[in-house]
Amino acid sequence: MVIMAVFTLYFLIPIWWLFVAATKDRSQLTGTNPLWFADINLVQNITEVVSYRDGVFLRWVVNSLAYAGGGALIATMLAGMCGYALAKYDFRGRDLLFNVFLGGVLVPATALALPLFLMFSQINATNTFWSVFLPSIVSPFGVYLARIYAGASVPDELIEASRLDGASELRTFFTVSVKLMFPALVTVFLFQFVAIWNNFFLPLIMLRDERNFPVTLGLYTWNSQVNQIPELRSYVLVGALLSIIPLIVAFLLLQRFWRSGLGAGSVK
Amino acid sequence: MSSTLAQQSPPKRRKRPTRFAGSIALFILPFGVLFGLFYLVPILYAVYQSFLVVERDGTFGKAKEVFGGFAQYAEVFQNGPFWESITRVLLFGVVQVPVMLGLSLLFALLLDSPLVKGKKFFRLAFFVPYAVPGVIAAIMWGFLYSPNLSPFSALTSSVDFLSADLVLWAMANVVTWVFVGYNMLIIYSSLLSIPTEIYEAARLDGAGQLRIAFSIKIPLVTPAIIMTAIFSIIGTLQLLAEPQVFRSFSSAVTSTFTPNLTILTTAAAPNINLAAAFSVVLAVTTFILSFAFLKFTQRKAFA
Repeated sequence: MVIMAVFTLYFLIPIWWLFVAATKDRSQLTGTNPLWFADINLVQNITEVVSYRDGVFLRWVVNSLAYAGGGALIATMLAGMCGYALAKYDFRGRDLLFNVFLGGVLVPATALALPLFLMFSQINATNTFWSVFLPSIVSPFGVYLARIYAGASVPDELIEASRLDGASELRTFFTVSVKLMFPALVTVFLFQFVAIWNNFFLPLIMLRDERNFPVTLGLYTWNSQVNQIPELRSYVLVGALLSIIPLIVAFLLLQRFWRSGLGAGSVK
Repeated sequence: MSSTLAQQSPPKRRKRPTRFAGSIALFILPFGVLFGLFYLVPILYAVYQSFLVVERDGTFGKAKEVFGGFAQYAEVFQNGPFWESITRVLLFGVVQVPVMLGLSLLFALLLDSPLVKGKKFFRLAFFVPYAVPGVIAAIMWGFLYSPNLSPFSALTSSVDFLSADLVLWAMANVVTWVFVGYNMLIIYSSLLSIPTEIYEAARLDGAGQLRIAFSIKIPLVTPAIIMTAIFSIIGTLQLLAEPQVFRSFSSAVTSTFTPNLTILTTAAAPNINLAAAFSVVLAVTTFILSFAFLKFTQRKAFA
């Protein structure tokens, strides 16, 4: 119990500090107790951050939601279909295909970033939304999870029954199997959402125009300009607080699904 | 060749034809094509690029790329800063990964034991840092380490966490802070899937909580621990966001601090071909290490 309490402090104090710091104005940031409130300026601070440079911060947040939300949604659908087919159909080369995809799990995303940049620059497509979005919709780990979970949770009898009722394979998947695979699919979605939201290398080398930035890259550039533009320091703190809220909300909303899917990944 | 195959195989093949071939293709192709485009092609392209060298016609001539064999790789193996950065992240990983996974396992076992009340709260509190992206976490901790802003200024003014000696471990703390709860949850959900009858049997045999943890729980969650370890090994070799952010807080973080920073710096130089060779070597190193770890632990687990 004592161990748990001590570590709760370790995990939560930085976030508490961030929250407190985001409520202070610039002079109070250094002058007052860092772990307790001074004058509450949170609303004013947020307004300043959001309106700074024509509201570029909000644009970053929207970009991040589009990259991570849209990307994870498509990635989940593609990985779910592929993993399901690998689990439920018998065909030649199935194991080979699965092993190739599984090998993709071990390929670090950062090792792909540089060649992807070179490829996209060949077709003059760097510095576009798509150059970051398209590579994000491939999730080998999602295929792996979906295959394991489909194998364990979608009974063959149910698929046969659906066939006898005259449903096509695709229809069976979307009406019957998807429901049974739901916890795994939510887990895949969240994994991919977090992976895209946190991805740094790819946007860093791909994007030049700050209007395409995800919020992490935006805050990073602000933070590296603090020495020239001191007011950015408090903007970075307020922006950081705002940027972690969507993920916490997503986790809270979906937690009863993803927790039951999480165990599936460790079945080896 | 094809005619003999055709004569011999039809009876065998017709016995088990692939059913629903069209549907299978429909299910697999969308992912398969994109996997090819955004995984296989980039890997091949990096390998291709790494075999080229830039040649100039005279000092001011036009640059052109020609096949250079292993010239880039020879340069990789002579590149001191690159190998220093690899050694640095290996040292980082040897310390940070066991500490992090040890804590994750401890917390998962505590959450699973009857000793701890308020499981829901602790589970959430420990997991919250995972919602903080690496870049943001690094920025936050960068402020927390800075003497004039830190809430722990008594500590930060006497110990310089951003000095050359400590900055690597300051980063290790950031990574640990973000990922302990996440790994804890993976191990914990694997603990939850252990049937309770096993515990009852153990208790009947007179085993205490500690004994149950060591003899039953830990062996049964080993696959989950191995999985988290492999992801951690991959993550360690790919360290980028933390050192990149810490460069604005500490001059001790050089432009070749980690392998990925070295690659980024080289690509920006610009020396794309050498950067590609670095990428290939790093990816192969990552692959070998995670694969070796998998084989090693499997042999141990089944011995």
